[in-house]
Amino acid sequence: MTIATIETVPTAVPTELARGRGGGGPAPKRIVVAYGFWIFILSDIVMFSALFAAYAVLSGNTAGGPTGRELFNLRNVFIETMCLLFSSYTCGLGALSAERRQPGRFLVFAALTFLLGAAFLFIEASEFAGMVAKGAGPSRSGFLSGFFTLVGTHGVHVTSGLIWLIYLVAQVIVKGLRAAVLRRLLCWSLFWHALDIVWVGVFTLVYLMGDFR
Amino acid sequence: MDSHDRLFDDRTPGVEEYEPTASVLSYTAGLGLAILATIASFVVSQTNLLWAPGIPVGLVVLAFAQIGVHLVFFLHLGSGPDNTNNILALAFGVLIVFLVITGSIWIIANLNANMMPMS
Repeated sequence: MTIATIETVPTAVPTELARGRGGGGPAPKRIVVAYGFWIFILSDIVMFSALFAAYAVLSGNTAGGPTGRELFNLRNVFIETMCLLFSSYTCGLGALSAERRQPGRFLVFAALTFLLGAAFLFIEASEFAGMVAKGAGPSRSGFLSGFFTLVGTHGVHVTSGLIWLIYLVAQVIVKGLRAAVLRRLLCWSLFWHALDIVWVGVFTLVYLMGDFR
Repeated sequence: MDSHDRLFDDRTPGVEEYEPTASVLSYTAGLGLAILATIASFVVSQTNLLWAPGIPVGLVVLAFAQIGVHLVFFLHLGSGPDNTNNILALAFGVLIVFLVITGSIWIIANLNANMMPMS
């Protein structure tokens, strides 16, 4: 009856057998793919840190132009934040439905994620257009150059995330939820959650720090 | 993938491999906590709830709390042995981000303090 004991599945993973510490053989492909994409995301965040640093040192240099307190509308920023937060939530639920092979539910959540992301971009674009119309464009002062570079780069990331999402939804419709498509979806959801994390830094450093009473 | 494979499988950010039933709950809890942190940030910045010179510190603390909530509940980064590589990479990223941001602020503040007064 030794065979029966070998077949018994242990109830807890011993530390030395977990693959993260070198035991248990090579990791499955989706782990390797997502780990590589996680490294890319961290490098993207390091790039954002340079833009955050540039904004932080330039935010006082308004060159006699408008300050953040005169330009920012915190009600809009709060709506933008909620759009991005809820789109992160629907993105997570969409990823879950994809893992459970429920393409219908996935498409509903993908559509919600897209709409919330597009609403965020619409509010941001109208904020930018309003500022440029007031003569507060990126060339007005060091503060505004830093602002448009940091917030604009985040907006470009959100835009590319939305384009990528359309492309992935087309793949799900044409190819179905097969393993390769699931790996791409996993990378996309990592990207989308990371953008929300960057936005936490943006609304704290740029909008709230620039406008507290 | 049989149950043995699943048990010994590695984890990756964004995936809750072991308790699929708990995942919706995890995302919903994360959403609730993140909304609380966001509202707290906005309230702190717009009211006199905090001692005025302490507001920036309060905002930074709330931002870190919210980023932690996002990492744990949305990206499913934990402290288990299956997450070691992800956490190590994250720790290195955090180190670089910290060096770049605080280093820049420190250096430029020094430069500004040592500028000749403009008449």
